Amino acid sequence: MNFPVLSLIVFTPLVAAVLLLLIPADRKNEARATALAAAVFALLLSIWVYAQYALNGYTDYQFVEKVSWLKVGQLAFDYHVGVDGMSAPLVLLTGIVMFTGVLISWGREDLHAPTGIQDRPREFFAFLFLLAGGVFGVFVSLDLFLLFFFYEIAVFPMYLLIVIWGWVKTREYAAMKLTLYLFIGSVVALVGALAMYWTAGQQTGVFTFDMLELEKAGFSTAFQNAWFLPVFFGFAVLGGIWPFHNWSPDGHVAAPTAVSMFHAGVLMKLGAFAALRVGIMLLPEGAKTWSWLIMLFAAIAVVYGAYIAFVQPDLKYMIGFSSVSHMGLVMFGLSTLNRDGLTGAGLQMFSHGVMTALFFAVTGMIYDRSHTRQIPELGGMMKPLPWAGIGFIIGGLVSMGMPGFSGFVAEFPIFMGVWQVAPLAAIIASISIVITAAYIMRNIRQVFFGEMPAQFEGHISPLTALDKVAIVTLCLLMIALGLFPGLMAPMVQTGVDNILRLLGGA
Amino acid sequence: MLLAILPELLLLTLAVILLVVEPFWKVEDRRKAGWLTFGGLLATMAISLLFGRPGDPQAVFGGMLRFDWFGFFFKMIFIFGAAATSLFMMDHEKLGRRGESYLLLLATTMGMGLMASSADLVMLYLAIETTSIPLYVLAGFMLDDKASTEAGFKYLLFGALTSAVMLYGFSLLFGFTGTTDLYKLADNLGPDRNMSLMVFGVIFLLLVGLGFKVSAVPFHFWAPDVYQGAPTPVAGFLSTASKAAGFAVLLRLFIEVFPGFADWTTILAVLAAITMTVGNLLALPQTNIKRLLAYSSIAHAGYAMIGLVAFSDLGAASVIFYLVAYVATNLLAFGIVMAFSRIAGSDEIKDYAGLSRRAPWLGIAMLVAFLSLAGMPPFGGFVAKVIVFAAAVQNPALIWLVIVGILNSIVGVYYYLNVLKYVYLYRMDGENEEAHPIALTRPYTIALLVLGFAVILLGTAFGPWFDWSTLGALNLF
Amino acid sequence: MNFINDNLLLVILFFPALAALVLLFLPADENKLFRWFALGASLVPFILSIGLWIGFDPNAAGYQFEANYPWYEALHSSLHLGVDGLSLTMVMLTTFLTPLAILASFSIKERVKAYMMLFLFLEMGMLGVFMSIDLLIFFVFWEIGLVPMYFLINQWGSANRNYASLKFMIYTMGGSLGLLLAIQMLGVLFQTYDLQEITANWSTYTSANGIMGIPVGTVKTIAFWAFVIAFAVKVPLWPFHTWLPDAHTEAPTAGSMILAGVLLKLGAYGFLRLVLPLYPDEAKYFAGALAFLATAAIVFGAFGSFGQTDFKRLVAYSSVNHMGFVVLGIAAAASAIGTPDATIALNGAILQMFNHGLSAAGMFFLVGVIYERTHTRNLEEFGGLFPLVPVYGGILIFTSMASLGLPGLNGFISEFLVVRGSLPLLPVYTAVSMLGLLMTGAYILKGIKKVLHGPLNEHWAHGEHKLTEINTREILIMAPLMVLILVIGIWPAWILDVINKAVMMLF
Repeated sequence: MNFPVLSLIVFTPLVAAVLLLLIPADRKNEARATALAAAVFALLLSIWVYAQYALNGYTDYQFVEKVSWLKVGQLAFDYHVGVDGMSAPLVLLTGIVMFTGVLISWGREDLHAPTGIQDRPREFFAFLFLLAGGVFGVFVSLDLFLLFFFYEIAVFPMYLLIVIWGWVKTREYAAMKLTLYLFIGSVVALVGALAMYWTAGQQTGVFTFDMLELEKAGFSTAFQNAWFLPVFFGFAVLGGIWPFHNWSPDGHVAAPTAVSMFHAGVLMKLGAFAALRVGIMLLPEGAKTWSWLIMLFAAIAVVYGAYIAFVQPDLKYMIGFSSVSHMGLVMFGLSTLNRDGLTGAGLQMFSHGVMTALFFAVTGMIYDRSHTRQIPELGGMMKPLPWAGIGFIIGGLVSMGMPGFSGFVAEFPIFMGVWQVAPLAAIIASISIVITAAYIMRNIRQVFFGEMPAQFEGHISPLTALDKVAIVTLCLLMIALGLFPGLMAPMVQTGVDNILRLLGGA
Repeated sequence: MLLAILPELLLLTLAVILLVVEPFWKVEDRRKAGWLTFGGLLATMAISLLFGRPGDPQAVFGGMLRFDWFGFFFKMIFIFGAAATSLFMMDHEKLGRRGESYLLLLATTMGMGLMASSADLVMLYLAIETTSIPLYVLAGFMLDDKASTEAGFKYLLFGALTSAVMLYGFSLLFGFTGTTDLYKLADNLGPDRNMSLMVFGVIFLLLVGLGFKVSAVPFHFWAPDVYQGAPTPVAGFLSTASKAAGFAVLLRLFIEVFPGFADWTTILAVLAAITMTVGNLLALPQTNIKRLLAYSSIAHAGYAMIGLVAFSDLGAASVIFYLVAYVATNLLAFGIVMAFSRIAGSDEIKDYAGLSRRAPWLGIAMLVAFLSLAGMPPFGGFVAKVIVFAAAVQNPALIWLVIVGILNSIVGVYYYLNVLKYVYLYRMDGENEEAHPIALTRPYTIALLVLGFAVILLGTAFGPWFDWSTLGALNLF
Repeated sequence: MNFINDNLLLVILFFPALAALVLLFLPADENKLFRWFALGASLVPFILSIGLWIGFDPNAAGYQFEANYPWYEALHSSLHLGVDGLSLTMVMLTTFLTPLAILASFSIKERVKAYMMLFLFLEMGMLGVFMSIDLLIFFVFWEIGLVPMYFLINQWGSANRNYASLKFMIYTMGGSLGLLLAIQMLGVLFQTYDLQEITANWSTYTSANGIMGIPVGTVKTIAFWAFVIAFAVKVPLWPFHTWLPDAHTEAPTAGSMILAGVLLKLGAYGFLRLVLPLYPDEAKYFAGALAFLATAAIVFGAFGSFGQTDFKRLVAYSSVNHMGFVVLGIAAAASAIGTPDATIALNGAILQMFNHGLSAAGMFFLVGVIYERTHTRNLEEFGGLFPLVPVYGGILIFTSMASLGLPGLNGFISEFLVVRGSLPLLPVYTAVSMLGLLMTGAYILKGIKKVLHGPLNEHWAHGEHKLTEINTREILIMAPLMVLILVIGIWPAWILDVINKAVMMLF
C-alpha cells in the first residue's frame, strides 16, 4: 500500500481538534497557532494530492486505501478512500477554505471592536476542525457507510459553531433549523443507502457498502426509479436545492464568518457531491428518469435565488441567496447527465466554493468593524478597507460569470450541457446572469463606494496581514482558474468520464 | 458447570468480602467500600473473560441456565455498568459511605446475570425478582428524602404488579405446554395455530412485565418519577443495566419460544413505534435533566425494539450492540448529571448555563454523551442506530417503522441539541463562570473518562464489539 | 525578438495587461510616475501595431499573423488570434486612441494608479475582441471590456454616474445574453468554437431533423436576432441606444473618448465579423429591418442631438447618428452581398467606423477641455467664447466640421461611400436618412454657435472664472487626430486600399 496521504488529510484536522482541547483555555494565541499549523499542513497535503493526481496522468481512483472495518455476517463496512477527478478539486477546496478560515478567524482583540474569534478560540477551532475532518472524509470516501459517517460528523459541529459564535439575534433559530434540515435529509438518504445495500447483497450475494462494488450491482430500473429521489434529494438538501434551500440563507446569516465560509464554500458542495456520488453514480437509471425534475428545480433555484438576492438589504442574506442560485447551477449541470454539464458542475463547485468563501470573509471583516450588514447603512468602505473592497469586487465578477474569472469557465459548460438537453431551460436560467450582475454591481457601489456614514469615520480599523493573505489567496485562485481552465478542467473530465461510463453513454 | 456461573460466584464472593470488611472500617473511611466494589467488579470481569468464556451453548443445572455467549456478553455489560455505578455512588452523600448500597448493587447485578442466562421460566422469574428487590430498596434509599421514598415505593408497586401479571403469563405457558424449559416450549406449542389466540394472550401478559423492565410505552409511567426521585446513580443504573437485562430476556424469550408465532413482531413493532414517539415527544417539554433523560431512555427502548422486531440474527445482534452503546452513553450522561448536581445542587436544565466555561471538560463529555444519544458519529449511538435501521430495512414490511424511527431521531436531535445550547451558549447570571468551577472527584474523573472513551471507541473501532454481539445473537438462532 | 515576431498579436494583446500588473507594484502616491508609465506602456502596442500594419500583406487572403494557443481544451476552445484588413484597421484605431486617451487623463487627480490600470485592461479587452477568431474567446474579451469601463464611469464620472454606469452594464450584459446562448448553441452543435470552421459549417447548415427538434431555419433566425441584438445594443441602434447618452455624459473625458472611439465599433465589428459571414441568408432577408433600425438611429439620433442643451449629450447623440450610417451601410451590403454597390457600402461603413473613432474622440475631448475649465456643460451658459479662446475655437470648429461631413475632411468620404453604396440597394431608407444628414449639420452648427458665437457670457471673461486657453498637452492630443482627419479626407487611398481588399476577400 502506498503512503496513506488521504488518511493523513482526513485525520490531520481531527487530531488537531483533540490537541487543541489540550491547550489551556487562556492560551489563545497558542491555540490559534496550532490551528494554523494544522491547516497549513492539511492544505499542503491536499495540494500535493491534487498535483500528484495530475502528474499521474488523470486516471481513475488514486491514492486508494482499503482496510476492512467490520465484517460480520451480512454486514461489511470498509475503510475505503480514494480520489478521482471529481473529488480531488474538492479536497483542494476544503484545504483552501480551512486555511483561509483559520486566517480570518485570528483577528485582533486589543481593540474596542474586536475582530475575528475572540471568545474561546480553542473550542472554536476544535469544532471547526471536526467539521473540516468530516468534510475531507466525505470527499474521499469510497464506502457508503464511511461516507455517511463523515457526513454526519460534518453536520453536527455546525450547530455548535453557529449557536455559540453566531449572530446573537437569529443563531438559536437558524442553527436548529439548519441541523434539522440536514439531519432529515441525511437520514432519508441513509434509508435509501441501506436499501441499496440489501438489494445489491441479495442480487449478487456479496453484501458490501463499497461504492465501487455497488456500481456494478445492476439494480433494476424500478428499484432505481423508486430510490433515486430520496437518495438524491436527501443529500441535495445540503446542496441547497430548491425548495429545500430555506435553511441555508438563515444559516449563513447566523454563522460566524469562518463557519459561513465553510458552510457555503464547502458544506454545500458536500451535498451536491454526495448527491452525485451516491444518487447519480449508483442509481444512473433513476437519474435518467428523474433528471427533468432536478433540472426544473435547479432552474427555479437559479432564477429565484438570484431574484431574492437582488431584493435583500442584508449583505449576508444577499450572499446566502446568491449561493442558492449558484448551487442551483451546480444542480443544473448535474441534471444534464452529459459531459459538458457535469464538467461545468464540477468546476462550478470549486469556483463557487472559493468565491463564496471570499464573499463571506469580506463580509465578516466589514461586519466586525461596522456592526451592521444592512447594505443601505454601509458605505465608503473602499477607503479604510481597500483589500476587502478589491476582494469583494473580484468575487462579484466571478459571481456574475464574468469571463476571465473562474465563474465563467464553470458556468459556460453548464449552459452548454443544458443546451443539449433542454434549450428552453438554458434560456430561462440565463436571466439570472443579468440579475446577478445588477445586484452585485449595486452592492459594490453602495458598500464600498457610497458615502461613508458619519458614525464610521475613524472607527474602521484596518485589516490584519492575515486577512490580506486570505483575500489574496482566494482571489488569485479564481483568476488563475479563469485564465487557465486547463489547470482543472482535464481533471474534472476524468471524473466525468467515470460518471458517463456508469450512465452508459459515451 | 460452575464456570457457567463464574461471574455470579465472583460477585457473591465480593459481596461477602464487603460484608465482612466494611464493619471494621471507620465510618469516615467507608467510602473505600466503593473502591473495593469497583476493583472487585473489574477483577470479576477480568477473571470471567480469562477463564469463564463459554464455548458452544450448553444447558447447565438441569436446564435451569444456559451457558452461551449471549448471556456472557450481557453479563459483561451488567458488570461494566455496575462498576461505573459504583464509582458514581462513592461521592453520593447518602449512598457513598453505606456498605449496604454497594451490597445491593452487587446483588442486583447478580440477578441480572442470571436473567440473561436463564433458560427456564422458574429460574427466570427468580432472577427477575433477585434483580428487582435490591433495586426497589436502592431507589428508596434516601429515607429522609420524600421524593426518594416515593420513587422507591412507586417502583415497588409498579414492579410488583407487573411481575405478578407476567407470572400469570408464565403459568399459562406452563399450563399449555407442560414444561417450563424455554428451549422446549416452542416445540410443545408446536405449529398448532388454533392456539394462537391463547398464545397472543400470553404474549400480552409477558409484555406487561418485560415492558415494565425496559420501560416501553404504555408501561413507562414509573420511569420519569422514579429516575427523578431515586438517587441519581441508581437512576443511571436503572436506565441502563436494568433495561439491558430486560432486553436480554425479551430477546431470548421471544425468539426461542415464539418463532412459530412470528406475528408477535407486528405487535412489538407497533409498540416500538409508540414507545419511540411518546418518549421523544414527552422529552421535548422537559426542564429537568433527569426527567429528560428518563423520557429519552424510553425512546431509546423503542429504537432497540426495532432490531428485535426485525427477527433475524442481524437484528438480534443490532439490539445487543445498541444496548452496549446505549449503556455506555447513558451512564456517561447520568455521570455528568451527578457530577454537576453534586456541586451545583440542581438538576434543572437552565442551571446548566455556562457549564462549558465552568468546566470545559465536563462540557465536552456532555457533548459526547448527548450527541451519541442523538445518533451522531463518531460516537457509538450513530453506529448503533445505523445497524438497527439496517436490520429493519432488510424486511421491506418494516420500512414504515424505520421511517418512524427516523422521524423520531429528528425530534431527538432537537432536544439533545437544546441541552447543549445551555451548556455552550448561555451564561450564568453574572457571567462569572470562572468563579464557579465544577471540581470532579477522582472516581468521577475515572468513570467519565472511561465512559467517554468507550462511547468514541464504540463509534469508531466498532468491529470487535459488533463481532461479540453477533456471536451472542447467533446463539439464539 | 524572435518571440515578439512570432507572437506579435499575443504581445500586442497582453502587453497592456502586463503593464497594468507592473503598475500595481509601483510605489504608492507617485501619480506622475503612474501617468508616464501608463502612457509609455500604451505606446508600445501602438508602435508594435505599426509594425503589424507594415508587415501586413493586403493582397493575401485570410487571416495573417495567426497564432493558436491552447486555452480551454475541454470545450474545444483555444486562444486563436489573427487579423485581416478589417480587424487590422480596428486594432490600429484602438492602439492609436488609447495613448491619446491616457494623455487626456493626465488631469485625473484621484487614484491615478487604479485609473491607469483599468484603462490598460480596457485596451486589452478591446484588442482581444478585434483579434480573436475563436467565438468563445471573442465573447470572453467582449465581456471583459465591460468591467474596466464600468468602473471608469462609476468611479471617475460625474454626478449621475451610478445610474449611468449600472445602466451601461445591465444593457450590455443583457444584450449579450442572447449572444452567449447562441454561441453556446453553435459550440454544442459543432464541438468547436473556431470561427473559420463554424462559419464554413453554419452558413450552409441544413439538417432534416432540425436542431433539437426545431427546424433549422427557425433556429437560425432566432440565433441571428440574438447576435444582432447583442451588437445593436453596443453600436447602439435605435431603440437600444438609451444607455449611451447617459454613459457618455457621465464618463470621464478619456472614458468617453474610448467609449465613442472604440467601444461602439465593437458592435459594428460584430456585425461585420460574425453576423454577415454566419448568417448571409438571414441578413439578406432581414436587411430591410436592419436598415429601418439604422435609419431610425440616424434620424432620431440627429433630432435627439439637436434637442440637447448639454454639450456632451449633444455629442453623445451625434454618435448614435453617425453609427447609424455604419449599420445602414452594413444593411445595404447584406441585401446584395457581392455586388459592387455592396462593396462600396461596406467600404464606407468600415471607413466610417474608423473616422467616427477619430472625430468622436476629438469631440469628446474638446467637450472635456471646456468642462474642466468651466465645470458646466450647459450650452446656455456658454456663448461667444471664440474671442477668449481662439485656438480652442479653431480646433473645435475643425473637428466639428469633420463630424458634420465637410468635404475635404474624413467624414465626408465615408458617409459619401455609404450613401453611394446604399442608395441603389435601399433607396427609401437612404433617402430618409438624408434627412438625418441634414439635421447633422443643424446640430453641429447649433453646438458651435452656442459655444463660440453669439453674445459673450461675461461670466467667463473676467476674474477667477476667466476662461484659459487650451494648453500644450491638450493640443498634443488633438494634433494627431486632426492630422489623420485631414489626411484621410484628402488622401484616403492608403487606408481604403486595405479595407477594400479585405472586403473583397471577405464577402
